Amino acid sequence: MKKLMLGNEAFARGLFEAGCRFASSYPGTPSTEITEEVAKFNEVYAEWAPNEKVALEAALGASLAGARSFAAMKHVGLNVAADPLYTAAYTGVNGGLVIAVADDPGMHSSQNEQDSRHHAIASKVPMLEPADSQECKDFAALAFSLSEEFDTPVIVRTSTRVAHSQSAVELCERQEQPLRPYVKNPAKYVMMPSNAKGRHVVVEERNEKLIAYAETAAINRMEDYGAEIGVITCGAAYQYAKDALGDQANYLKIGMTNPLPKQLFVDFAAKCKTLYIIEELDGILEAHCKALGIACKGKEIFGCIGELNQAIIAEKLLGRTLTATPYPEQLPVRPPVMCAGCPHRGVFYLLAKHKITVSGDIGCYTLGAAAPLAAMDWTICMGASVSALHGYNKVLGADSEQKSVAVIGDSTFMHSGITGLVNISYNASNTTVIILDNSITGMTGHQQNPTTGKNLKGDPAAKVCLEDLCRAVGIRRVRVADPYHLAEMEQAITEELAVNEPSVIISRRPCALLKHVKHNAPLAIDAEKCRSCKMCLKLGCPAISMKNGKACIDHTQCVGCGICKELCKFDAIGQ
Amino acid sequence: METKSIMIVGVGGQGSLLASRILGNVLLQQGYEVKLSEVHGMSQRGGSVVTYVKYGDAVHSPTIEKGEADIIISFELLEAARWAGCLKPGGSIVTSTQTLDPMPVITGAASYPQEIVAKLKGMQLDVTAVDALALAEQAGSAKASNVVLMGVVSKKMEIDETVWQKALEQCVPSKFLDMNKTAFALGRAVL
Repeated sequence: MKKLMLGNEAFARGLFEAGCRFASSYPGTPSTEITEEVAKFNEVYAEWAPNEKVALEAALGASLAGARSFAAMKHVGLNVAADPLYTAAYTGVNGGLVIAVADDPGMHSSQNEQDSRHHAIASKVPMLEPADSQECKDFAALAFSLSEEFDTPVIVRTSTRVAHSQSAVELCERQEQPLRPYVKNPAKYVMMPSNAKGRHVVVEERNEKLIAYAETAAINRMEDYGAEIGVITCGAAYQYAKDALGDQANYLKIGMTNPLPKQLFVDFAAKCKTLYIIEELDGILEAHCKALGIACKGKEIFGCIGELNQAIIAEKLLGRTLTATPYPEQLPVRPPVMCAGCPHRGVFYLLAKHKITVSGDIGCYTLGAAAPLAAMDWTICMGASVSALHGYNKVLGADSEQKSVAVIGDSTFMHSGITGLVNISYNASNTTVIILDNSITGMTGHQQNPTTGKNLKGDPAAKVCLEDLCRAVGIRRVRVADPYHLAEMEQAITEELAVNEPSVIISRRPCALLKHVKHNAPLAIDAEKCRSCKMCLKLGCPAISMKNGKACIDHTQCVGCGICKELCKFDAIGQ
Repeated sequence: METKSIMIVGVGGQGSLLASRILGNVLLQQGYEVKLSEVHGMSQRGGSVVTYVKYGDAVHSPTIEKGEADIIISFELLEAARWAGCLKPGGSIVTSTQTLDPMPVITGAASYPQEIVAKLKGMQLDVTAVDALALAEQAGSAKASNVVLMGVVSKKMEIDETVWQKALEQCVPSKFLDMNKTAFALGRAVL
């Protein structure tokens, strides 16, 4: 029987079946589950690396050693791994090397909406693009074959609706792949200018061969329903187009989005009276058509922002809209919030209270930017909190240094915060960094990292001591404070901002959602004592709200962290 | 069979992923082509979340747009109101009467909408409102609200109860199975 599988789970199954032996990744929504799932197979060695660059380099090394190897990341992670990618394109591989990159059109859980196909084009690396779970499995396996046949890394690009949708998958047995012997070959693998010049020629020749392959590849598939409308599409957009247009259109479904075939596009266009290019994000298939002199319409109709769906396509191309009754009144929005008992809450409450400029970073704690805490001034990318505040402070000097902090999670600090801290120490800015150490990689759903003492499989592992690490790069003032104890944390923040040297505060308390974390009994509000001052509401805790004019704690959410109790001036909060 | 569409909506952390897995398992047992679409990551942190479940002979898009849904299962009243506009005319909505204030209500920037169930009925929808939280606590855990609602929905779909029982056995960890079976039975008894 077929099994219902998440795209990511099917992807992992495809890696397993194709004989993958090595996986190294950094978590990032919507790519994370591929690596979590592949780690469940004993035949595959799998690890969380500190960041995507390290992951891809490790996978490249494993490929050189002769193993089918893999690295997964989200779209912005590929920016971090771009350095090894662009040169691995020159060296090629030994064992097959497959890279999964998951884009996030609509930005369900991302800071930008970049289209990763640009990286494939720029690095001249082939890219495959599945449209459902079965294709995730099949394309993962095909990517390994292509990688070895054409001697190149191969990227498989998914998007949120492919990675996080479930559909039926046919399972097969694993095909064990023997290690391919490593043969020393500096002309191929040592990328100094004299060798790299020769390899660039190889890359261009390979690209021509890949274009020839793309002309007849089974994954670039034509569906001819004898319709006048033609649609060229890829990935999730293919599913939306099929849903909206059914057999009222012919389709050219592109499964290999880099490099693109030429004659196939020309031949398909010749069959259609009107040609539409339906693709999410940027107009890459469309630009290819136009470069070939093929008349078509795409981005002028659909734009390049957000996700597509069947309703948009049906309306724009067929003028068809469905009848639906809207709810009769305006409703309040429900943005994501820090959970009840989140250890980050106390820190952001204090930063807001003292009107401190906060250089933010990527993780659950980015939610500190939301009302009512609103304690964040900027957030750019992984690690930028630390490095950007250094630059800010260098320009504004003491005025800023005593009123600003960088906040960064434990996993993000290991990913790329540490290099920024080295810069603070080396180039001497009086910058204060708060490491929000909740002992886990939170937002992506609880992955281990080098500071947690456990590896991807949950086994004991070496544990990076954040205090020692910060001291080792030259920070003399490193202190640990408990964010559940507001007074202790407040003292740490005010003292470290006042001193005339860089400092690190480690706010240490595990994520309240971790299974091993013991919760206290939920708190309750004594309505007799509550004066409705709404002080507790300033915490932005989802468990606290006003009911009948008095503050009220939802016992199903409260984990008894006690921060609200510390704030209440009337002793109205207790067990 | 024409594609049918079910949405499971609620607040991040309420257990919509388990509910969609149970439903997907049931539909796959029935031999349908099934697609589910979930959103992980940031919106799971207390935001408005929606899971799409589609089934039929051939399912393409995994998402459900305005006017396409046959059934909505909602874990929270405001979320029922938020997504009700996705239902086909006369579609069914099964909602828990639990309310969770969103942050704009907590901060006082907005107020929680009143008389949601009556207004949903005013939209000419088939509305079933259930105190799923109370039934779940009766079964042994507030966390089983999702399975209580699955029990209610099972009465709205023409699928044999044994199929649902089998899905529960395959989707729920064994140590919580008895409690969830009780929750399911309490939900089924509502209609």
